[in-house]
Amino acid sequence: MCDTCGCNVTPGNAHLVQAGGRLSKTENGHEAIDVLHGLLDANDHTAAHNREHFNKHGVLAINLMSSPGAGKTSLLEATIDALKDELAMAVIEGDLETENDAGRIRAHGVPAIQITTGSACHLDAHMVHDALHQLDLQKLDIVFIENVGNLVCPASFDLGQHRNITLLSVPEGDDKPAKYPVMFRTADLVLLSKSDLLPVLDDFNPENARRYLRELASSAPVFELSAKNADGMDAWIHWLLAELAELEHRCGRLAAEPA
Amino acid sequence: MHELAICQALMEQVERIASEEQADQVLTIHLAIGPLSGVEPRLLEQAFYVARAGSIAANAELVTESMPVQVSCNQCGQLSDALPSRLVCGHCGDWRTRLVSGDEMNLLHIELVRQTSEDTAGAQDSFAPARRSYNS
Repeated sequence: MCDTCGCNVTPGNAHLVQAGGRLSKTENGHEAIDVLHGLLDANDHTAAHNREHFNKHGVLAINLMSSPGAGKTSLLEATIDALKDELAMAVIEGDLETENDAGRIRAHGVPAIQITTGSACHLDAHMVHDALHQLDLQKLDIVFIENVGNLVCPASFDLGQHRNITLLSVPEGDDKPAKYPVMFRTADLVLLSKSDLLPVLDDFNPENARRYLRELASSAPVFELSAKNADGMDAWIHWLLAELAELEHRCGRLAAEPA
Repeated sequence: MHELAICQALMEQVERIASEEQADQVLTIHLAIGPLSGVEPRLLEQAFYVARAGSIAANAELVTESMPVQVSCNQCGQLSDALPSRLVCGHCGDWRTRLVSGDEMNLLHIELVRQTSEDTAGAQDSFAPARRSYNS
């Protein structure tokens, strides 16, 4: 969102913006100050700063979101194992408590910065900014941000990532996109995780999940995948490498353009 | 319950603006919230009553405009109302739509009182003794 060009004024809210310039009087004679800022402007500002930082180093930043237990850490472990010979990766881990997930990532030979949020149910751009100071982006290709397991709150906070991935695990049910529209609308890619359970949990229909997602006007691709038996991992890895190549192309082009 | 974090961000903005405008008091804070912003207005209001304590907006009222969910169809070009969980075109039924309203999370304007609002020295003077007597 933008403070200066008025792009916060949508056809839906234009009638609410008072006429008469920045300063105008209300009916009872008090002063009314027009603002029209996003409530999360400070977060968005830091997120833009984080993104600039990633771009400058050509590092792809991926924000992983899902319910608790949908398999984010398992997916990262499998991804690291698949790519560690060709790419340098790091993980920023968000959890309310414990360093357990960071420990699991480090066991695969990749740096992991644990953010323990205490009672906060989401990561915000400031927390990620602090974590970035502990990483040498110069030496990295991809930073994964594993958000706090929660299908509600993380959706409202831009972290400075390039892409949002939302995991929907098979045991959760195929109607989650309709139940959590804010979260699934933010997804650039939806991964139907724990697909090895599909034969047992046959009430989960991947086509239903796709349909509910399309009904949110989302054209995000949907991949079925199992980190456990590696089914579907190829499509995910291919998507990731294509995103990295596109970022490198974009940032290379940006760097080549005159200031 | 990220509404508390969002409310704290709101209070920081309100306090900054009030200080820039040299306000004595913030009376009303007007927000526009759409159902697809991920913010629950009722929870935001509860958080506001906690967050406003001791601030320049300690007695302020929070007024929230609920924004409608509306989509513009990429296929037939028409505008229609939609449900947060179903953003398809109300006319042709296509899913390829663009949200034109419903994800707002904006601070629209604030109403405030400031001692210089009459733009006269007299108004400032009339405020000053009252303050002194309050302090004594």
